Amino acid sequence: MTTATVGQEVTYLEAISQALDEEMARDERVFLMGEDIGPYGGAFRITEGFQKKYGEWRVLDTPLAESGFVGAAIGAAMMGMRPVVEMQFADFISCAFDQITEVAAKNHYRWGAPVPLVIRAPFGGGVHGGPFHSECPEGWFFHSPGLKLVAPSTPYDAKGLLKAAIRDPNPVLYFEHKFLYRRVKAVLPTEDYIVPIGKAEVKRAGADISVVTYAAMVHLALEAADLLAKEGIELEVVDLRTLIPLDKETIFESARKTGKAIMLHEDNKTGGIGAEIAALLAEECFDCLDGPILRIAAPDTPVPFSTPLEEFFLPKVGDIVAAARKLAVY
Amino acid sequence: MDLSIVKDAIKRADLLQMYYFLRLTRTLEDRITALYRQGRIVGGVYTSNGMEAIAVGYASALERDDVIAPFHRDMGAFLVRGITPGEVIAQYLGKRTGPTKGKDGNVHIGDLKRGIIGFVSHLADNLPVATGVALAFRLRGESRVVVTSTGDGGTSRGDFHEAMNFAAVRKLPVVFFCNNNQYAYSTPLTLQMAIPDVVDRAKAYGMPGEIVDGNDVAAVYRAAQRAIQKARAGEGPTFIECKTMRMHGHSEHDSAKYVPRELLEEWKKKDPILKAEQMLAQLGYADEATFREVGERVTKEVEAGVDFAERSPLPEGRETLDGVFATEEEIEP
Repeated sequence: MTTATVGQEVTYLEAISQALDEEMARDERVFLMGEDIGPYGGAFRITEGFQKKYGEWRVLDTPLAESGFVGAAIGAAMMGMRPVVEMQFADFISCAFDQITEVAAKNHYRWGAPVPLVIRAPFGGGVHGGPFHSECPEGWFFHSPGLKLVAPSTPYDAKGLLKAAIRDPNPVLYFEHKFLYRRVKAVLPTEDYIVPIGKAEVKRAGADISVVTYAAMVHLALEAADLLAKEGIELEVVDLRTLIPLDKETIFESARKTGKAIMLHEDNKTGGIGAEIAALLAEECFDCLDGPILRIAAPDTPVPFSTPLEEFFLPKVGDIVAAARKLAVY
Repeated sequence: MDLSIVKDAIKRADLLQMYYFLRLTRTLEDRITALYRQGRIVGGVYTSNGMEAIAVGYASALERDDVIAPFHRDMGAFLVRGITPGEVIAQYLGKRTGPTKGKDGNVHIGDLKRGIIGFVSHLADNLPVATGVALAFRLRGESRVVVTSTGDGGTSRGDFHEAMNFAAVRKLPVVFFCNNNQYAYSTPLTLQMAIPDVVDRAKAYGMPGEIVDGNDVAAVYRAAQRAIQKARAGEGPTFIECKTMRMHGHSEHDSAKYVPRELLEEWKKKDPILKAEQMLAQLGYADEATFREVGERVTKEVEAGVDFAERSPLPEGRETLDGVFATEEEIEP
């Protein structure tokens, strides 16, 4: 585990670890459940050292039974605990789909009992993981009223959003992008801070085209922005940070400013979150648009394994550049 | 159950109290069924007719601070925990005065104050949730227990197995009740499982199990008491299979013609209320006059409940939009 030190750079992964550590120290109701998170420290080592520090009842190694232990986390949350469940890979969240969408999501609506639960889900591809270790499952839960969904792109957001998720009285699915774990670093504040759920952030201001995106694709958008700036096209990169509830205000403000929008996500195109935001823009921001709303996303296939297949599958900088050039003429 | 054991083990007052709840459950559900036949109920009606001793028995063995995570044939447990007939009927009528304010229907009743976990229609989903309730008690060092309940059909689902396993591995203070009423909708036991007794599953998960006559409220109560005591003492979970019979259809719209007449006739003779009256009479604890009195009392209560529910307002359409998310004020900071 890493503790916060002034001036020290931490990775996205370490930021998540810090958030867990600080919240567990701050609030004795917070405890962890998941496979191999105890002595092993978790498949990605995020909980390394935690069981030694907090004991085996606050860092619980569960049986291989996602539905069972997510259900248990729901029950504990109803009784006032603050469980943080780790899915070893986001792909396994499908085993707990029923408990998440039927029990957790609908609980407060039906009989007023809050479910202050967090489920951490390492998602996304680019790691040669194949169909069951690279999935972006957020689309399934986007459509489940009662859940909050967040997806940070930076260490700062990763730490702040996880803290906010743990303190939120609702079930929050926290999608952490495994590709970013060790690839993005930052110096973080040492004092306690949260990133509010429900607020997007403009990661790069630009006058010409809004790129609405989240997680690993934020970095792809920033890369494309640097290239396009050279040909006089200025991208504005809007990092959603929260998928549900969507920050419509920030999205619309950006669209009004640029008049052009590109939806960018790693999830499959059809029925992905980009489709919803495109519909919202067309519905509520039509007058501000100067051109069609474009979507860049993975094709409608499972995530393939072989390198050339996965490269084809994932959105590329070139896709963003081409889309931006297409919109620039409007 | 052996009368001499009952005499020693259970106080007269407690037995009479359980008898009262058996009668209240039956009268309430009969009344709801009558309203349904008159077209005055919204949606379906699911009763525990012929099975009342299970819910009344286990709920009566719990302390105030304990919790239940029931399923749809546990009306007796709701009543023992303090849900009123008026609230139940209001819920069935979709009124704003029901426990879910019209957001959910029939027996989907939940209330944290009265220690009732509101279940979902997906059978056995409540079992992992119950293990989590027990886990919270364990984590906080509280000597509280949770009793959870499902049917024979519920034990076919993965969540049943995952919950039993987790509870046993972690020795959680949870007691599992199986209402084996021999039918899951129209599916008989022989198509539901290859084993003769559901209790055979307890050993597979490493917990003690027992079979109890589900129509004998004293037997259910005693078995529940023992299991709850064990759990409270930190000795882990128990599985209790209650043998019973579903006397009505899966819901009141279901005429259940698939159930052989002879089976129903056989079990009619073992009606839980009849058995309770026989036991009370043999023990000298009550007589016909008592039974009549209790009958009048529960009828009055149920009628008051009908009155309350019918006079209650329906929610307004736009209340549909309320309550999707909890606010921070609802939880202790």
